[in-house]
Amino acid sequence: MKAQPIGGRVVTPVTLLLGLLVAIALYLLGKRFLLGLGAVTNINDGFPWGLWIAWDVVIGTALACGGYAMALLVYVANKGHYHPLVRPALLASVFGYSLGGLSVIFDLGRWWNAWHIFAPAYIQWGSVMVEVALCIAAYVVVLWIEFLPTLFERLGMTDARAKLDKALFVIIALGILLPTMHQSSLGSLLVVFGYQIHPLWQSNQLLPLLFLISAIGMGFSVVVFEACLSSVGFQRPLEVPILERLAGILVWLLVAFLVLRFLDLAVRGAVGAMFASGALSFWFWLETVLFALPVVLLFKPQARARRQALFLAATAMLLAGALYRINAFLIGYETGPGWHYFPALSEVLVTVGIVALEILAYIVFVRKLPVLPRAH
Amino acid sequence: MHQDPISTLEAKLGVSRRSFLQFCTALAATMGLPKGADAQIAQALAGAAKRPSVIWLHFQECTGCTESLLRAEHPTLEKLILEIISLDYHESLFAAAGHQAEAARKAAMEANKGKYVLVVEGAIPTKDGGIYCKIGGHTAMELTKECAADAAAIIAIGSCASWGGMPSTPPNPTGAAGVNAIVKDKPVVTIPGCPPNPYNFLATVAHFLTFGKLPAIDEKGRPLFAYSRLIHENCERRAHFDAGRFANEFGDEGHRKGYCLYKLGCKGPETYANCPSILFGDVGSGSWPVGTGHPCVGCTEQGIGFAKPIHALADLKNTYPPASYPRIVEDQGQGLSFGSAALVAGIAGAAAGAGAMLARNLGRKDDESDKA
Repeated sequence: MKAQPIGGRVVTPVTLLLGLLVAIALYLLGKRFLLGLGAVTNINDGFPWGLWIAWDVVIGTALACGGYAMALLVYVANKGHYHPLVRPALLASVFGYSLGGLSVIFDLGRWWNAWHIFAPAYIQWGSVMVEVALCIAAYVVVLWIEFLPTLFERLGMTDARAKLDKALFVIIALGILLPTMHQSSLGSLLVVFGYQIHPLWQSNQLLPLLFLISAIGMGFSVVVFEACLSSVGFQRPLEVPILERLAGILVWLLVAFLVLRFLDLAVRGAVGAMFASGALSFWFWLETVLFALPVVLLFKPQARARRQALFLAATAMLLAGALYRINAFLIGYETGPGWHYFPALSEVLVTVGIVALEILAYIVFVRKLPVLPRAH
Repeated sequence: MHQDPISTLEAKLGVSRRSFLQFCTALAATMGLPKGADAQIAQALAGAAKRPSVIWLHFQECTGCTESLLRAEHPTLEKLILEIISLDYHESLFAAAGHQAEAARKAAMEANKGKYVLVVEGAIPTKDGGIYCKIGGHTAMELTKECAADAAAIIAIGSCASWGGMPSTPPNPTGAAGVNAIVKDKPVVTIPGCPPNPYNFLATVAHFLTFGKLPAIDEKGRPLFAYSRLIHENCERRAHFDAGRFANEFGDEGHRKGYCLYKLGCKGPETYANCPSILFGDVGSGSWPVGTGHPCVGCTEQGIGFAKPIHALADLKNTYPPASYPRIVEDQGQGLSFGSAALVAGIAGAAAGAGAMLARNLGRKDDESDKA
């Protein structure tokens, strides 16, 4: 099953709308860099990070774990039949990670010092944040190299393609190692916060593992989600048999996640907090229901062949992973009495613009480059 | 009955053993000496077989240094200084006068050649051959050279002897200079101050008597134990400086509240001395110039004291006020705004709608493939 560009017009009402949203975000970012964070965001000394970190970076990179999850499956578990899904997954990951990495700079108070991350003299080697920053930066480069064969193919550079193929296994190995490191570290970031994270989400032992498992789950789900979306959007058939098997993996991954999650809560004595934390209890149960939904929808193997169930389950998993991160990073983050945070209008518009840019770039790339499998 | 030297001293000076040991401990602490040094000092002061001979010269000065030493409020201090050392020549304290006094000096110098301690109080005029200060027909320069030649240790007490002090204030008509300018072949310990704290002098002498050598000194001859820190570093009003609270004129609200005196010309930030740590007069806290509400005039610092106007601002050497002070009101963030809530709800609604449409669409395809 060879990949090929799907062709078609690039300028459509949808891409124009996306372009407009990107333009709004660029305007607001210009304002942010000229006038400072306070001019555009609602973040304050009690909530030094907000939507831009929780969504654009933490959730954004988790949503971009499709490439990572598929690489795990295809190259580590040696399941070659999933290969047609690797390129589209990789493409989404390239954009997700590049923009996620870039978003960190938007959120840096003194963004002109961002280069310190790469200057060893400035690095505090014990910092989890440095690990995350360096790892994500390295992974963005790795992802682009992983994606290079697609570009070479399009440009007819067969020599370069052949040369790259010989070295690609190293890059692919890195492409599996790096996300394993930083997706778990995003959980470790919260360990440092100690009691400032509500007991429903704080877990010294398991936060890194829970973040890693849910990121892989989101990676698989995003592959299913994108396949559904592009099958409808570009009027293409869906590779149901492959997605079916992917769904099976997702179900057991989520069962493992939920067992660990509840065991952890029980061991930490946070069972009572599940019911007695007011609004936080609501958010906890919403998140848990969303995590459980794919298991319920796809538990029976027959159900996994249904496109609707696949789509709903993938969506639920993506929402669950996103809400888990929002809960842990913002809603369950208790910085002390009197502090408030809800993203400002302009802050949300920047995030919307970044998502719009990702979708826009995805549309342009699949129309122009051999990404999606040839329709049959 | 055998008596230990400290008990003997008790009888001799009428000082209680406890007071004496406290005094020795205070001296050891002033110099920052390690544990056990207090006992060594006590043994050395009480057990000296022969009291060391001290020759005390007076030149261009006000006798304030001697006064402050004698007026120190430790009841035994003047006894200690007079009993522990053999003050063989001191113009202010001598009963003898004229040729008799000069003869005593020469006799003491001869008898204790190479062993006596020379203390110089007051500046030495150097202009026109030093003719502006003469004692017994000899200029201050000649006397200093003569006495320094066979001295075991030379101590310049007060700012005048240290670098010229007040008499050297520009235009310095007599060419007043410190002992360092005359005695160049031997180390001279300087104890600047106007007057200097008596404990810094006594500690230096006690160090010499106990360990046979003078304490460590800086390049200006000042003992490091007393002059290695800026007054500003240990000032009791330092917190006001850091917080930006200053007295702006004498008697204003800040002055009455004990704020920092930097803006009144306090020279604490450029003057090295231990005044804020050991205070003056043994009467407890606040008994030093800044503590009483007067800016430091920098009397221990050459080029500052008697040279720089009292109202002139000090040059900050190693501490600077912050560029900005912490805010009092902290913005604690705002909750939901109408616009952002509407936008988030709108996005959620649109996504839910699109998701539902997509799910229905996919469901229809499921049905088609079921039929097929």
